[in-house]
Amino acid sequence: MTAIVAAPPVPVDSISDAGVLPRRRCAAWLGLVPFSAYVVLFLAIPAVLAVASGFFDSTGDFTLANFAAYTNPTILGNFFSSLWLSALTAVVGAILGALICYAMLGTRAETGLRRTVDSASSVLAQFGGVMLAFAFIATIGTQGVLTKWLVSIGFTTNIFNNFNNNGPLLYQIPGLVIPYLYFQVPLMVLTFMPAVEGLKSTWAEANATLGGTRFTYWTRIGAPILAPAFFGSLILLFANSFSSYATAAALISQGGIIPLAIRQQLTSETIVGVANVAGVLALGMVVVMIVLMSAYSVLQRRASRWRR
Amino acid sequence: MNRTRLMAGAALAVVAAVSLSACAGSSTPSSTAETSAKTATSAADLGGMDALVKAATAEGTLNVITLPPSWANYGKIISGFEAKYPGITIVSANPDGSSADEVAAAKAQKGQSTAPDVFDLGTAVLQQNLDLVAPYKVSNWADIPADFKDPAAKWYYDYTGLMSIGYDSSVIKTPPTSMKDLLGSAYNGKVAIKGDPTQANEAASAVYLAALQSGGKADNVQPGIDFFHSLKAAGNFLAVTPTQATVASGETPVVIQWSYNNLAWGAAGGSSGNANFKTVVLPGTALGSYYNQAISTDAPHPAAARLWEEYIYSPEVQNLYLASGAYPATLAAMQTSGTVDKTVLASVGEAPASFVQLTADQASAAAALLKSNWAAAIG
Repeated sequence: MTAIVAAPPVPVDSISDAGVLPRRRCAAWLGLVPFSAYVVLFLAIPAVLAVASGFFDSTGDFTLANFAAYTNPTILGNFFSSLWLSALTAVVGAILGALICYAMLGTRAETGLRRTVDSASSVLAQFGGVMLAFAFIATIGTQGVLTKWLVSIGFTTNIFNNFNNNGPLLYQIPGLVIPYLYFQVPLMVLTFMPAVEGLKSTWAEANATLGGTRFTYWTRIGAPILAPAFFGSLILLFANSFSSYATAAALISQGGIIPLAIRQQLTSETIVGVANVAGVLALGMVVVMIVLMSAYSVLQRRASRWRR
Repeated sequence: MNRTRLMAGAALAVVAAVSLSACAGSSTPSSTAETSAKTATSAADLGGMDALVKAATAEGTLNVITLPPSWANYGKIISGFEAKYPGITIVSANPDGSSADEVAAAKAQKGQSTAPDVFDLGTAVLQQNLDLVAPYKVSNWADIPADFKDPAAKWYYDYTGLMSIGYDSSVIKTPPTSMKDLLGSAYNGKVAIKGDPTQANEAASAVYLAALQSGGKADNVQPGIDFFHSLKAAGNFLAVTPTQATVASGETPVVIQWSYNNLAWGAAGGSSGNANFKTVVLPGTALGSYYNQAISTDAPHPAAARLWEEYIYSPEVQNLYLASGAYPATLAAMQTSGTVDKTVLASVGEAPASFVQLTADQASAAAALLKSNWAAAIG
């Protein structure tokens, strides 16, 4: 896209900002203090402490020895599992979510359907952890409704009770895809819908007036405009499943993804004195997240440019 | 613009500094009685049991940690304590946690009223943290066999189970008679252990049992890791952590774990157990592992902590352990003095004449082996 971009108009808020008295602005900053305090106390300090713990041994001396974890094939395998699981659920979730958003375009914004999908998405995007795990154990576990039904119609061994000759699908890493998608798709709908709603009908009319087809509308107008928002949401989805812990912890007892490896290092009662390795693993996760979040903020800037 | 940024930064810094300094406060003992309870190494140090009960009641609270109600009868033991000493409330934290979680809580909450008072620890974690526990001798100290307690009285064995196989008899028609049976097709995707052996002592003990049963020794548990490798290869290993709920629903039909847990999840569990869930202790070499009682040096309720230990070693509670299928430390003395509940003993069965328990050195060697080979074996 080598379009000639006109100089962006001066944002409205910066004009009005100049007229505000300094004292008013100071009050505005004061209003931010409670939230900032909350973020520092419950987010920044714990994160720094957790990562810093990786640089010390169990007696409290500074060491870099914990980084040896990254030469351990098991840990590397866990990182690999985490990355592909997150990437797969992010891509599949994003595509399914985008299709739902596309389908919703045909409905008017104030209809009950749209509102229902919106609020259902808000709830389901936060539906994770033990409840989600048990919902799926009850559905596709060995005693699950669906599994039992498949057995009753003749599929005595089916994908749910014997996947890959390793027992039930749900208790293996590939099986995590199913519960993860359950919260990924609604999150996509939630984050992507506003961008889809931002498509102006005048563009479609202009496209039709100039002799464009539906196809050219989507390829030349819709897709380029939605792309930054789509990839932004994709990154958010990746981060969301990359950091998910409780759902996997309730389903899989033997490590396999990084959050579970961190649990194993932190709470081990058989191998003692390895709790600080968890800090190094957390640092690895933080690095991945920083890379992703930087990419996300770059995309966000691109995504909001066309709205001006 | 810059000035406002600076101000925001300053505000953040001030908030952070204030909140951090607020966290750094420390509690000081409020009375001499509390101080003496902190250092008392027996009830006599405080002037006898009555004085101990009085001091504990004055504290009013006891913090216990990682004691699941269905584990070794802890549910009844805790409610029994509260019934016997109505002035003391028990706060039970993190029931499903591990020994490492107990130590982490003691370190993290040091000096706060929520810190754990007493521990129930696995040996490996205990040996690493002897600086966290205070010496104390219960009044029937002599009833605990000499090799079941620390000469310095910092720790003392409380109970052991035997590693056993629990199975749902409605699914598994023929009871397992050896570990090899578990490799059969009837057990496809059905055999679970209590978590990750590199993390949980009970799961590791399942591997040790497999080692002892497949010709390995306590010095070398590699055969146990190999057994689980074959179990995984046969498609019989179920990688989900079993709970009483998964056993009741039939999700985990076969569980290798301590006998007292298998028993508690079976018919003994009543409505929350599974009436078809049976327990088998395999013939051949049995594996046990005593857990340790210990009092925290930083116990916020030192008198209540000491009273709890006195209570734990009283015959009534030792019998409660026994009723769950766990063999208490003072069992031999109770059999001699006749305080053992004979009907319970008859139903649970005599304690095995000999079972293997890994020494501290063997346990750390086994842990090192698990650390390097386990993940690859079931990967």
